[in-house]
Amino acid sequence: MIPLSWYLYLSAGLFGLGLYAVLARKNAIAILMGVELMLNAVNINIVAFWRYLTPQNMSGQAFAVMVFAVAAAEVAVGLALVISVYRRRKTVDASEINLMKW
Amino acid sequence: MTAEQGVFLFISFVILFSAYAMVTRSNLVHAALFLVVTLFGVAVVFVLLDAGFLAVVQVLVYIGAIAILMIFAVMLTQDNAAKEQESLNTNYGWALLLSALFAFALIVMLGQWQDAGAIAPALGAERDTVVELGAALVSPAGYVIPFEVASVLLLAALIGALVVARPQKKGM
Repeated sequence: MIPLSWYLYLSAGLFGLGLYAVLARKNAIAILMGVELMLNAVNINIVAFWRYLTPQNMSGQAFAVMVFAVAAAEVAVGLALVISVYRRRKTVDASEINLMKW
Repeated sequence: MTAEQGVFLFISFVILFSAYAMVTRSNLVHAALFLVVTLFGVAVVFVLLDAGFLAVVQVLVYIGAIAILMIFAVMLTQDNAAKEQESLNTNYGWALLLSALFAFALIVMLGQWQDAGAIAPALGAERDTVVELGAALVSPAGYVIPFEVASVLLLAALIGALVVARPQKKGM
């Protein structure tokens, strides 16, 4: 049997890697990939807590389905923004998209 | 060590290795392919957690739609990414410190938690969690309002993505 903590350690590691990708990568698409990693880490946590602590009702899995929907919406809008920025400025480098930076 | 634990350790190694490769590769197509491997590993974790429906949705939505969309976007914005360029920004040292500290703090807190070694209670052989999840998502006592709000959100994202990515007319 697998203890609950193993899943939580895995998701902590995955979340850390996603956070690093979001903070350190230059390319906007790589940043979105990092966000996907963090959402997956959160989903592992949600489903693990559902299975180990409250398997009698389905709230954990229902929340995981909501996270899927939000992730799909986020990627659709995010990639549309990236393509729009690329069309106007010929770059997807997040450190060069600095028009609103003081 | 049981077979289940062996599968978990193997798949978590695959997940963390491919996530690390995704984060560090400067070639974005390689990074997207490693992202697919990571997402598939997470689907296997869902199977280990008795959430078969979520595993199928993970493969369909994340690998079938999101990762492919990522690869499309990489290809559409590729021509200056093709030439060799630095993939990390100037603050990567701080980013590394912050994310390592964050993951380390989570792991330390988990180590202090008493119930962390809990074993999964039996699910009951006669339960069908897919049927229960479907009923919970559409029953008024369950999650029908978040379910409907999620569908409105997806519609809004669909229209918003179309409007944002549409080519602009001259002079706009």
